[in-house]
Amino acid sequence: MTEKQKLVVIGNGMAPGRMLEHLFETAPDAYDVTIFNAEPRVNYDRIMLSPVLSGEKSFEDIIIHGDGWYVDHGVMLYKGHKVVEIDREAKTVRSEHGEVAAYDKLVIATGSAPFIIPVPGHKLPGVLTYRDLDDVDAMLLAAQSRGKAVVIGGGLLGLEAAAGLKERGMDVTVIHLMPSLMERQLDPAAGYLLEQELVSRGIKVITKASTKQILGEARVEGIELEDGTIIPATLVVMAVGIRPSAALAKEAGLSVNRGIVVSDHMQTSDPDIYSVGECVEVNGNVYGLVAPLYQMAEVAAAHLSGDTGKRFVETSTATKLKVTGINLYSVGDFAEAEGREEIVLRDAAAGVYKRLVLKDNKILGVVLYGETADGAWFFDHLKKQIDISEMRESLIFGQAYQGGSPMDPMAAVAALPDDAEICGCNGVCKGKITTAITSKGLTGLDEVRAHTKASASCGTCTGLVEQLLALTLGDAYNPAAVTPMCGCTGLGHDDVRRLIKAKELKTIPAVMQELEWKTSCGCAKCRPALNYYLVCDWPDEYADDYQSRFINERVHANIQKDGTYSVVPRMWGGMTSSTELRAIADVVDKFDIPAVKCTGGQRIDMLGIKKEDLPAVWADLGKAGFVSGQAYAKGLRTVKTCVGTDWCRFGTQDSTGLGIKLEKFMWGSWTPAKLKLAVSGCPRNCAEATCKDIGVICVDSGYEIHFAGAAGLDIKGTEILGNVKTEDEVMEHVVALAQMYREQGRYLERIYKWAKRIGLDEIRDQIMQQHDKRKGYYERFVFSQKFAQVDPWSERVSGKDKHEFNPMATLSLEAAE
Amino acid sequence: MTQAWVRVGSINDIPRRGARCVKSGEMSIAIFRTADDRVFALEDKCPHKNGPLSQGIVHDGCVTCPLHNWVISLETGTAQGADEGQTMSIPVRLDGDEIILGLGPAK
Repeated sequence: MTEKQKLVVIGNGMAPGRMLEHLFETAPDAYDVTIFNAEPRVNYDRIMLSPVLSGEKSFEDIIIHGDGWYVDHGVMLYKGHKVVEIDREAKTVRSEHGEVAAYDKLVIATGSAPFIIPVPGHKLPGVLTYRDLDDVDAMLLAAQSRGKAVVIGGGLLGLEAAAGLKERGMDVTVIHLMPSLMERQLDPAAGYLLEQELVSRGIKVITKASTKQILGEARVEGIELEDGTIIPATLVVMAVGIRPSAALAKEAGLSVNRGIVVSDHMQTSDPDIYSVGECVEVNGNVYGLVAPLYQMAEVAAAHLSGDTGKRFVETSTATKLKVTGINLYSVGDFAEAEGREEIVLRDAAAGVYKRLVLKDNKILGVVLYGETADGAWFFDHLKKQIDISEMRESLIFGQAYQGGSPMDPMAAVAALPDDAEICGCNGVCKGKITTAITSKGLTGLDEVRAHTKASASCGTCTGLVEQLLALTLGDAYNPAAVTPMCGCTGLGHDDVRRLIKAKELKTIPAVMQELEWKTSCGCAKCRPALNYYLVCDWPDEYADDYQSRFINERVHANIQKDGTYSVVPRMWGGMTSSTELRAIADVVDKFDIPAVKCTGGQRIDMLGIKKEDLPAVWADLGKAGFVSGQAYAKGLRTVKTCVGTDWCRFGTQDSTGLGIKLEKFMWGSWTPAKLKLAVSGCPRNCAEATCKDIGVICVDSGYEIHFAGAAGLDIKGTEILGNVKTEDEVMEHVVALAQMYREQGRYLERIYKWAKRIGLDEIRDQIMQQHDKRKGYYERFVFSQKFAQVDPWSERVSGKDKHEFNPMATLSLEAAE
Repeated sequence: MTQAWVRVGSINDIPRRGARCVKSGEMSIAIFRTADDRVFALEDKCPHKNGPLSQGIVHDGCVTCPLHNWVISLETGTAQGADEGQTMSIPVRLDGDEIILGLGPAK
């Protein structure tokens, strides 16, 4: 076996991340890899920061490689280590913290830094750039004040920042030096439409505006323009461009112009040093869009694995604005020049504008605003320089109007040639996707993303990819991700949950209004689900909607087939006493309760209680110290236990005590579906913990935590989450797991189904490995419990919703008029 | 044969998208109030297995039975969708806030 070479990568952004993916695929054993990253985090999708800022996604959603990925590939990742020196003679790099690593091959991927206009005041606190997660976090913090923000720069990033801050409740003004927005990508007419759209969303736009200075003493108070206009602001975001970060390479003596100069093999002036990403200058150009950066990654990876055939070739890239509800597409060259013609379509009422720039019957540039579905088709014609003279008359109407009657969108996708580009970010063409679907047997969007990268970056081509799935698989394609919640909406559970968070929707009417529900007040499927999502997401702010609860949860008893109810008081961990049993016996006698039964969860069920008796039954049980067992609830029901070390010859731990602790800690919490726990004192498993939603098996060395079992419609043994040593750790892990399920589960989705959907490894990773994440889940559960641990019985006894229990009137026929 | 009209209470006694019962002899009548303050009355028995409709979730002019999720039209008492069956619907009207129930002619 040959010795592995040492590969050191400086920077952990999207370009080197993609390069390593290619490298591990083609030459998994060639290198020992070490990464130094100045940002203290794993590789994430920087182009998705805008949805994080606007609240449509969380940071977790945009991680490309989680910690586990680095472990799996044996990569040494130094987070928060900025490299300060490259010693080309010794072939080592040194980080700020003094870590030194030797390399055989080095890849510099230091990216770029935002450009800061050096006007007076640019260093004041409150002046931010828009580049990484720290910037987003700082903006989110600033947005909490709901104050005024000024964004300098009306380009792609500036406008995304402005839309995000507006979405977060700030009063936003965009300052742009040029006469129209995004002038590098849009012609003035499209820029005007974009400006109108932003203005209608309440964002102020000032064009032809040059910043004179940023005002303020201790922190930002506003900005002054050259013409003397003063705009008050508590936050100023500069998004005026980026500059390649090439200083490190320059100090090491590498050739640097605007960026680090590389060959079309991505090699710098030192053949053992490669460079990829925004820090690079290739053929005199530097790049800021993701598609060419991914191409660099592919070329560098090929070269590092010994394949020297691949070269970087410049291609044009389409631009899209990632602001929800604004459709904009631009590619190519649309400047006016000799010999160029143009075709323009304007539909003012529909807010549609399309412009094609042609020369010699070939497409040179495309600007689409409002309606962008044909972008890929036009781009394909542009790239292939197809002669359009035959279809000139109908060209602007798009693909659907070429030849015969208009095609439906499916037919339009079917008509695309195999080499038509579907995903611009990742340069994936139609043929690659359809081949992957058939040869690898892919059935869903996530799988296509995993195998081809298509739609895995900015996501705007998701619709096209889904159409390809549908076309290739026919009826076999089941777009599970988009199964609507119910007939009242086209959105699936996950989208609804995401949008509740993103748009901070805090009432059921707000959800229905904002998400365009098709019915006036929902149905018996969506209302309880929405009620749960809102209770879970806003425990302190949301007022539980009584009329959107199923009867059992409304009256805190279980409806039976004859319309009577059954009542189950809590017996913590299954323990009881003579006093409790006597109180139950008294209640049974007093209300003439016809049946008393032990439940499968070690509690006592009193069956056949008339609805009007319920408040009095609870009152008596409450006096005896009982709280509701919530045996009917989509919530924590029971924690079943065995007798453990207290009595059992084999018990290894105090399983009863632990069960009681868990139940007292978690009772009252609502979950997507019922949640049952058990703690067994030894592997003999007398509490049957291995078919519960969450189970704990006590062992000599501590505790084995299980989850995702079922003994209902499906019968399924649990999976092991992991082992811990102490009771406190059991509490933290079990509670964190329950909270993760609460936050991600679809309403009525049992924990085992959720686990199957999310992936057991993912759950183990988040709960057992990622300590910060686990603590976060735990703390959110604890916070929510402050509002959840209210005994509904005592609430009802005190008269809350008492109308529920008495007839409105009792008529005798004499009462008739 | 004249309809006998009986005042049974105020619309404010029923929560929006909720129901209350009126007992009339052996019969239990469920009075529903919709989100937009219309009232309907049905015999409190699902045509499927006699589930108490008054305990169901009220939505869009229908109620979903708490026992097996049949959806019953408040206006006509007929089961919606693929299910078949009908519950007796009882005339009801509002006089200001007062709910007036139309009971069949006195025997």
